[in-house]
Parts: sequence; structure tokens; C-alpha cells
Amino acid sequence: MSKTFRRKLDLKNGRVDMSHGAGGRAMAELISSIFKDAFGNELLDQGNDQASFPTPAGGRMVMTTDGYVVSPIFFPGGDIGSLAVHGTVNDLAMAGAKPLYLSASYIIEEGFPLGDLKRIAESMGAAAKAAGVTIVTGDTKVVERGKADGVFISTAGVGVVPDGLVLSGDRARPGDKVIVSGSMGDHGVAIMSSRENLTFETEILSDSAALNGLVEAMVAEAGPHLRLMRDPTRGGLAATLNELAHQSGVGFRIVEDRIPIKRQVAAACELLGLDPLNVANEGKLVAVVAPEAADGLVEAMRAHPLGTDAAIIGETVEDDQHFVQMTTGFGGGRIVDWLAGEQLPRIC
Amino acid sequence: MKYVDEYRDGDKARDIAAAIAAEVRPDRSYAFMEFCGGHTHAISRYGIEDLLPANVRMIHGPGCPVCVLPIGRIDDAIRLAKRPEVTLCTYADLMRVPASGGLSLMKAKAAGADIRMVYSSLDAIRIAEANPERQVVFFAIGFETTTPPTAVALKAAEAKGLENFSIYCNHVLTPVAMRAILDMPPTPDEPPIAIEGFVGPSHVSTIIGMEPYEVFARDYRKPVVIAGFEPLDVMYAILMLVRQVNEQRAEVENQYIRAVRADGNRVAIDLCDEVFELRDSFEWRGLGAVPKSALKLRDAFAFYDAERRFAIETQPAEDNPACECGAILRGQKKPADCRLFGSVCTPETPTGACMVSSEGACAAHWTYGRFRTRQTGADLRRRA
Repeated sequence: MSKTFRRKLDLKNGRVDMSHGAGGRAMAELISSIFKDAFGNELLDQGNDQASFPTPAGGRMVMTTDGYVVSPIFFPGGDIGSLAVHGTVNDLAMAGAKPLYLSASYIIEEGFPLGDLKRIAESMGAAAKAAGVTIVTGDTKVVERGKADGVFISTAGVGVVPDGLVLSGDRARPGDKVIVSGSMGDHGVAIMSSRENLTFETEILSDSAALNGLVEAMVAEAGPHLRLMRDPTRGGLAATLNELAHQSGVGFRIVEDRIPIKRQVAAACELLGLDPLNVANEGKLVAVVAPEAADGLVEAMRAHPLGTDAAIIGETVEDDQHFVQMTTGFGGGRIVDWLAGEQLPRIC
Repeated sequence: MKYVDEYRDGDKARDIAAAIAAEVRPDRSYAFMEFCGGHTHAISRYGIEDLLPANVRMIHGPGCPVCVLPIGRIDDAIRLAKRPEVTLCTYADLMRVPASGGLSLMKAKAAGADIRMVYSSLDAIRIAEANPERQVVFFAIGFETTTPPTAVALKAAEAKGLENFSIYCNHVLTPVAMRAILDMPPTPDEPPIAIEGFVGPSHVSTIIGMEPYEVFARDYRKPVVIAGFEPLDVMYAILMLVRQVNEQRAEVENQYIRAVRADGNRVAIDLCDEVFELRDSFEWRGLGAVPKSALKLRDAFAFYDAERRFAIETQPAEDNPACECGAILRGQKKPADCRLFGSVCTPETPTGACMVSSEGACAAHWTYGRFRTRQTGADLRRRA
């Protein structure tokens, strides 16, 4: 991904600013110059949201971890507890894995209401049960008042991949079709609508959901024709397609009119000056699939409750600059870029 | 989305594009400036260039408040924010604008300054009310559109008796800047710009109305078509400009009739007159010092003036000499003409302000349009 970085981090005098956590290029640069240098290994360098590796006992396993700092903790359509299950389950599922076990690590601020903590834990337990995973280990830390904000949760997860299935961000090939599983931007707008300083009302609920059931149906339908899947969380569809373009060394061409976006989400984004394609999702996926399997796959997805609005939004093309280009509804062309800087901190 | 989708209709766009293509004379070219960054953004975001004939060229104007603010004023804001008693409230776009010494408001915030991003001037009032022990300064920028909300905030502070609130005023005036562009003498390194008409401001015109643009039609013989920010508005305004040029007319026309009244918004104008007065001169990035081009608080409201409360004296600060923001804001160069564009200057690591704001010509071209000026890795290395 180094081609996209134009300037080195200032490791001597620089400080972490909010853009380093925003899911855009600044964060990618931070990871590349600090964490990859320190941890570098073949699995990490693949740059996926999860690592997939053979186990000594045979078969392949997938592992992932994610931290949750969402604000507010309770939001329309979910809370930090259910989100901490869905996000991690989805990262496992995107590798085609069957998620099995999760860990739960809580960092709690002194003074946090016990009732809220119980509510979060119960929501987390229910989400795990619904997703068919078990929370098998955990950790609890309390920090002084003011040293955290309510509660932060970190979850790790492991799962197993069916034999012969390889899904990875570097597998998109020119001619492949790009599919999204449903409407874009719901989670981000639901969070924004519940922030104190943004006074607008909407009935939009977060799409926070575990996608492993949908993925199972997709693997059953398209199996070896599936190239890759990724959940477009922070940074939205735009960030995800740009990441994938770089990872696979291709470009994408998508069509604005084919991307499902709810009317209320479009309206809220209009009001706030945001592009729905940059807004986070927590229950949607992007899949790249061989062209001959695309129609059947969309049909199978639509038959699943979490894929009713699935649509082919475009295709993979050859492009040595890895542009994500879009035909606008207006009829012109434009790039769909990563978002620079901070759009909305603590979305997940 | 009602009242929005109608103005983004692809079929209507093709109809207007066909009309423009039919009416432009093949034996000549047309060059129009869209003054406002909002129009620049719409042109890039909807790919309007793809719908225009090759002989119609749009020149991006300086109507991006973040872009035209000189570095010295950002330096002032950073110095203010670093004072232990100050909470600085700013619109988010300003956070990443490069200031002197490699600083920006975002970096100052990371280093400990109390800087809050607000969506509205009244958010700053709420922050001042909630934090009576803090000196809350509202970093007010923008053209005539954002000036009335600043005046409203000031009146609210006065009504509430808020003593810990002040305004760092950087409001600037559109017609004066348009005139400065037309009056600009050509220089040896920069070609003169032959603007044949303006796509006139959208939101600014809802405040000031049509009359302030008459001078351009009358004295400069340049047609002005006030247009909304939706892509069909822009397309239709371009068609209206082509017609004026073909018919050798120079008039102020209003395409944005659903929002702009000929006499503007009287209440807002009167409120601004009560609160603000003209500065003798104000420094613009790209245009230099322009007389009578900006506003300051009247003496009657001196108490709320951060410049007086904190004795701010703006120090001149140099732009990066390789940065072409100035020429780009004047319409003399295009973003891709700058050798920093896309090499060291990107939205993540901007060198100039035009790469920061979504209304800036460079950010718009980078974010939406750079596939049109494809560069190879070797091109970029050569230029950097």
C-alpha cells in the first residue's frame, strides 16, 4: 500500500491525532510505519482484517481482534456489547470462516453505572448466542475517572475455514463482479443521530448484525467462485473498495444508481455534508465474485434476511493506479476516494 | 429525497447537456468562472465536466473560505488556542489547514490545546454557557452566508450576558473578491485569465441578493448567472451563460429563483450592518491585500472581539513557495499544474489550503477527478 503514502510519519516530534484512528490513509500509514515494522510477518503483511493459518492438527483457522469505543454506548439499533460481538464475528466470517469462540476484555471507567454494565453484558451474551459463538474467556480492568470514557471493550475471535475455501483481499481479478449485501451508511447515521451536539431526528437504526449466516449461504452457493469478502465498517464502502483495489492491484468501476442507500440515510448525509459511501456499516458486506457466479450469488443473498437488498454495483477492472471510479447518477464520472481526516470519531 | 433528487436527475442533465452542445458555437471557446467552492465541489462530484462540450471550460474561483484565509490568521488561532484559559471553537474544515512551523489546529489539539469542532456558531454559545470558567472563542470564517449566524451568536451572547465568549472575525466579501480577480494585472509567469462570465454564488446570493453583481454586467460586460449548488442548477446556469455570450448580452440573471430574491434577505443584511463594519484591508491567500474586502466587529461590540480581548496582532506568514494555491485561487492555474499536487500534497498531508477543504479546487480534483489527469508513478517522482 506504500504507493499511496506521500510523506513519512514524523516519529521524532509527531503526535497521534484523530485522523490516525479514522480508518483512512493516515491510519494505514500509521499501521504500516509503526506496527508492521515492529510485528512484521507474512500473515500480518497480507493486510486482511483477520489472519488465516493452518493448525498443527490439520485444517485452517482464522483469528481476529477488534476494540470498541463507540459513543454513545447505547445507540438506535444496538449497543457496545452487541457491536463487540458482531464486529468480531464479521471479521471472521469475511474469511469464509465459521466463527466459534470469542474473548471479551472490558476496560471500565471508575463511576460507570453497574446497571449499564449488566445491560451491556446481557446484550453481548444474547448477540453471541444468536450468532452461534461462545464467549470463553475475558478480562476486566478499571481505570480512574477521566482516564477512559465509560467502557471500552476488546474482543478476539477464532473460527475454522471449510477445506479448500480461500478468501483474501488480494484475489480480485479484472472482470469480477462487485456485490454489496444491502443499504450503505445505516450504522454511521444512527450513531450520528444519537450524538448530543447533532440535533436531527431520524428513525434509522444501526445495521449492526452478525453476518456469518449470510456468509454460509453465500459460500454454499458460490463456493470457489468467491474471491473475497469484506465488511465496509469505518470509512464505509469507499475505504473498503480502495483498500481492496490496492491489495489486489486492480481498479473498480461502480455505478452510483445501483448502490442501495436508504432515503433517510441519504437525507441525513445531505444535511451533514457527508457522502454515504464514506459512512460506516456494521451489518453489511462487500463481495467480489467471478462474473459467471454473480447473478446466482445475488439471488441466494436476497433469500437471506440480511441480504434482501443485495445488488451488483460494479466490476473489477485493470488499473495500475487502483482507482475506484464511479458513474454518477447524474451521468458523469468521478473517483470514490478514501476520506481524508476525521469524519466522525468513535463510530465503533 | 424530495427537493434534492429533482436537481440531480440524470435524464434532465442529458437534456441540458444536449442543449449546451447544440448552442455552443464550434468556432470559439467559452471560459466561465464558478466563484464558489460549492459549485466547484458539485462540478467534480457529479462529473459535470464529462457532460460539457470540449470548448466550454470552467475556471475554479476563490470562493472557498478555508482556502482564502491566509496562514497568519490560522497562526493567530493556534496561538489563541494554546492559551491555557481559551477554548477555541472552529468549523471542522479548518482543523487540517497547514499553518506555520508544520502546525495545524489538529496538531495543536493533539498537543493539548482545547479545540472543539462545531457545526454551528450557536454550539460555541452552548459551550461558553456550559464552561463559565473558560474563555470560549468562536473562529468565525466565511463569506456572506456564514456572517449572519456569527451575528446571531453575538446577539445571543449579549442577551445571555455571556462574558466568556468572543469572536475571532474573519468574514470576507464575495463581490469585492470577484472584482479583485477581474482587476488583476497579468504577470510574466501567469497568463491573463479571460473570464467571459460567472456562475454566481448560491447561498451568498440568498443573503445579498442580485444587485451587488450588477457592476460586473454594467462596467465589466461580464454576464453573471446566480445558480444553486445542485448539479442541474450548475448545468442550467452554464447554458444561460452560453446564451448570454452568444447573444452578446451581459446581464445578472437568477437561475436559483427557488431561494434567491432580487433584494436578498433584508433581516440578515440589517443584522450584519448592525454588528459588523468594513476593514480597511484584509489579506487573502492568492489575492493579496484587498481593500474593503472583509468585516470586523463594530466598536459597539468591541467587548466580544477576540482581536481586542486578546490583543491579537496578525504576523505575516509565507506560503510554501512551491505551492500554487495562489494562482489556482486566481483561476490562472489548474490543480494538476502544481508540481506538489498528488506528490507531497494530498488531502492527508496538505501543503496548501486548496487541498484541505472539500470546496477547494485541489481537494475536489484529487478526490473526484484525478483519473482525468492520470499520472504514472514516474511522473510523480519526477515532479517531487
